[in-house]
Amino acid sequence: MWLMTFRIALRALARNKLRAFLTMLGIIIGVGAVIAMVAIGEGAKATIRAQIASLGTNVLIVLPGTASQGGVRTGSGGVNTLVDGDAKAITQEISAVAFASPALRRPEQVVAGNLNWSTLTQGVAPEFQQIREWQVAEGRFLHEGDMESAAKVAVVGQTVVDRLFGNDDPIDAVIRIRNIPFRIVGVLAPKGQTSQGTDQDDTILIPYTTMQKRLMRITWLQSILVSAVSAERVQEAQEQITALLRQRHRIGPDREDDFMIRNLSDIAEAASTSAGVMAVLLGSVASISLLVGGIGIMNIMLVSVTERTREIGIRMAVGARSRDIMLQFLVEAVVMAATGGGIGIMLGIGSSELLKFWAHWPTLVNPTIVAVAFLFSGAVGVFFGFYPAKKAAGLDPIEALRYE
Amino acid sequence: MSEVIRVQDLHKTYRMGDVEVPALRGINLSIDHGEFVAVMGSSGSGKSTFMNILGCLDRPTSGKYYLEGEEVGSLSRDEWAHIRNKRIGFVFQGFNLLSRTTALENVELPMMYNGFAGKQRHDRAAEVLSLVGLEQRFDHKPNQLSGGQQQRVAIARALVNQPSLLLADEPTGNLDSATSAEIMTLFQRLNAEQNITIVLVTHEPDIATFARRRIVFRDGVIVSDDKKV
Repeated sequence: MWLMTFRIALRALARNKLRAFLTMLGIIIGVGAVIAMVAIGEGAKATIRAQIASLGTNVLIVLPGTASQGGVRTGSGGVNTLVDGDAKAITQEISAVAFASPALRRPEQVVAGNLNWSTLTQGVAPEFQQIREWQVAEGRFLHEGDMESAAKVAVVGQTVVDRLFGNDDPIDAVIRIRNIPFRIVGVLAPKGQTSQGTDQDDTILIPYTTMQKRLMRITWLQSILVSAVSAERVQEAQEQITALLRQRHRIGPDREDDFMIRNLSDIAEAASTSAGVMAVLLGSVASISLLVGGIGIMNIMLVSVTERTREIGIRMAVGARSRDIMLQFLVEAVVMAATGGGIGIMLGIGSSELLKFWAHWPTLVNPTIVAVAFLFSGAVGVFFGFYPAKKAAGLDPIEALRYE
Repeated sequence: MSEVIRVQDLHKTYRMGDVEVPALRGINLSIDHGEFVAVMGSSGSGKSTFMNILGCLDRPTSGKYYLEGEEVGSLSRDEWAHIRNKRIGFVFQGFNLLSRTTALENVELPMMYNGFAGKQRHDRAAEVLSLVGLEQRFDHKPNQLSGGQQQRVAIARALVNQPSLLLADEPTGNLDSATSAEIMTLFQRLNAEQNITIVLVTHEPDIATFARRRIVFRDGVIVSDDKKV
């Protein structure tokens, strides 16, 4: 019965292909627009999020806490409670954390040949590159082997290269920090200044183990840089790190933390909310066109019912029940809407890919929206097909047979 | 012989605004199995209204209509649809075939509404089309067939579910006299060979002579009812 109704509907549509297509066009454009618009919105959201992430808003900084003795409190970093094991535990045990890297920093005088330059020397782990999303322009970044052997290797920022090497190739050149020779293995891509005017490229990165053992002669860490898996999970990461470190540092329930965690997540939240609002706005404008498409279907179905009054009369005379007629027209409307929905999906995905390709817009097709748009177009068919189908089913067979 | 149709004191009144127009004013009639009846009368005599009630398309205002002993005048729309499907076959003046649909598919149409499988439908439709002499025309669409052929398709469609009653409303009204005679001969043959009960509405006396019983309507009542011996 269903299969046959379906075939009858398909045949009725095939009889008037141009009209069926024009009717579907409303749904095609509607669904296509919803998918493309949401893709643009989501793409913008992802871009904004990525930009924020590169600023470091999904980055947390774990610092040693303050010590209090007889009411006198030191400043932050006054205690030496953070160790290498804490950094490793954070990476391994906390699901909301993507990367963690120890970070030690100190300004040092760097000598290369007959030139010297004072710059910020940072002791970091390989994960530092992912946390700060910092590309290497030339050579390589620090790797795990460098950490284990406390190798005397360095990756230098562009400003340092300019000051110490001019136009010469710095790779494999040797620089001296506190008279210790370091071989340059890589050059960082330029990052420019921070909003406070600090030149981020004026820096040298060396393994944190080397920094601890050879330059600073300490066993603890000045800080741990952590990146959460997403901006949304920064809060979660912060809570988990707090719990983990309290446990590792054996801090009783009524005692203060001996560490501090800082983050910049508020900015991230604001920006991603505004991008979200934009996605919803674009999506709802597009939904209106889907609604208009539905009204188009209803219009054509009403015309079709009138045109086929005689056919309806014949079917009723030979034994079609009201519900058979109803089903026939409803299926027709749904087939039109769903076919339009299918083509619309292809159009939507296609156009967002084209936008990505030609206009370099960072579109992002959301599979959930695709599924929802398709189901919604089917629902539009049922909703807007219902009234015409009901009208067809309610016809009086005598009148319908006499209809010219 | 068993009774196919029995109507008792059948009345039908149409309401047009404030005016009540009586179309049938007390019809009593009985038609047996295997009869071939011509219903005659001028336009407005009530014969079409009577046919609509017999065909379970319209409801009498009062009175009873028994089809094969079962009172059907007061059944629901869906029950009527079922009766029209299984027990009544219609032949119309204007053929009323689905255009852009082949002869075979037109004949299959009634079977689509009672759950026959595709193969069964096809075989039965082919069988009935052959019975009315159209074995060469299965795949023709109505606009590729002559009026007489279209009416044969319509007759095949009416017979396909083996109804107990065949109702024909002016079946020769759109046909020339030679073709009309062919169609009427076909009705006679079906009546004689298949023992199908036929009730036929016409206003042409020539056509009525093909039937074995003639009923004349005037102003909503039966004025004459005579059987050929």
